[in-house]
Amino acid sequence: MSAARVGVVTFPGTLDDQDAARAVRHAGAEPVPLWHADTDLRGVDAVFLPGGFSYGDYLRCGAISRFAPLMGELVPAARAGLPVLGTCNGFQILCEAHLLPGALVKNAGLHYICRDQRLRIESTATAWTSAYTRGQEVVIPIKHGEGRYVADAETLAALESGGRVVVRYLGNPNGSLNDIAGVSNEAGNVVGLMPHPEHALEDLTGGPGTDGLGFFTSLLKTMVNA
Amino acid sequence: MARAIVDVMLKPEILDPQGQAIARALPRLGFSGVSAVRQGKRFEIELDGPADEAALADIRKMAETLLANPVIEDFTVRVEGETAE
Repeated sequence: MSAARVGVVTFPGTLDDQDAARAVRHAGAEPVPLWHADTDLRGVDAVFLPGGFSYGDYLRCGAISRFAPLMGELVPAARAGLPVLGTCNGFQILCEAHLLPGALVKNAGLHYICRDQRLRIESTATAWTSAYTRGQEVVIPIKHGEGRYVADAETLAALESGGRVVVRYLGNPNGSLNDIAGVSNEAGNVVGLMPHPEHALEDLTGGPGTDGLGFFTSLLKTMVNA
Repeated sequence: MARAIVDVMLKPEILDPQGQAIARALPRLGFSGVSAVRQGKRFEIELDGPADEAALADIRKMAETLLANPVIEDFTVRVEGETAE
């Protein structure tokens, strides 16, 4: 079987695309660079929207990226079931593109927060978290100034009752409602989270450990079972 | 020629930590009597033609698709400085 091909999107201002590509390779898949101005998904099996400050975070984080030519292809593909993971700015873009509900606004304390964060995996019924066990506690870095997850009460209730809160903070760093660190769409193929699993892959590199690897091995498991 | 103004504000139920920080700074500068501050954005949109109903409908569409995120923000549209043609 040939390796799963995972597209890694670069917008102007994306920072974590190299780490994202490395994470994909580390998990045993083939990273495929995708450029924001292209209209071709190059036949990839999944897409990773990495973190950074796309378009300088002008207007709102992710607001302009949402209208990039590539997004015109990605949005219908994601709605049709293509696995898509967005971390940090990628999560913000997925919310602005309405692939995920809610929005990410300035941290309650106004500070930019960069630290190793304890989290609990709340749902393993997504394309990106099946390698974890439900309730598993992990440590994955966060680094963001605008990561406070907000949604109206009705949306929050639907997320909670539908098992779509994927990752929750243990010790809420930014004021996110219901301690939400990541959510999925209804089908579970689209997942967004503020923490950076691609920065927690190897003990050697000084990160908090290897807890992030499961996001990428989950995808491979999903592809094999598909 | 006309100018349309779009004001975008966080919805009242969304916490505005920037506005709170400004409110906390005011007493330190000697300003008293302020109970709350909320921060928003103002867009000045120069139109090629008059601000007729069609142009305003377009601007409302711009506001709800790009200038504001309706999940967290409200907006208002008004016309300023309409000049005689």
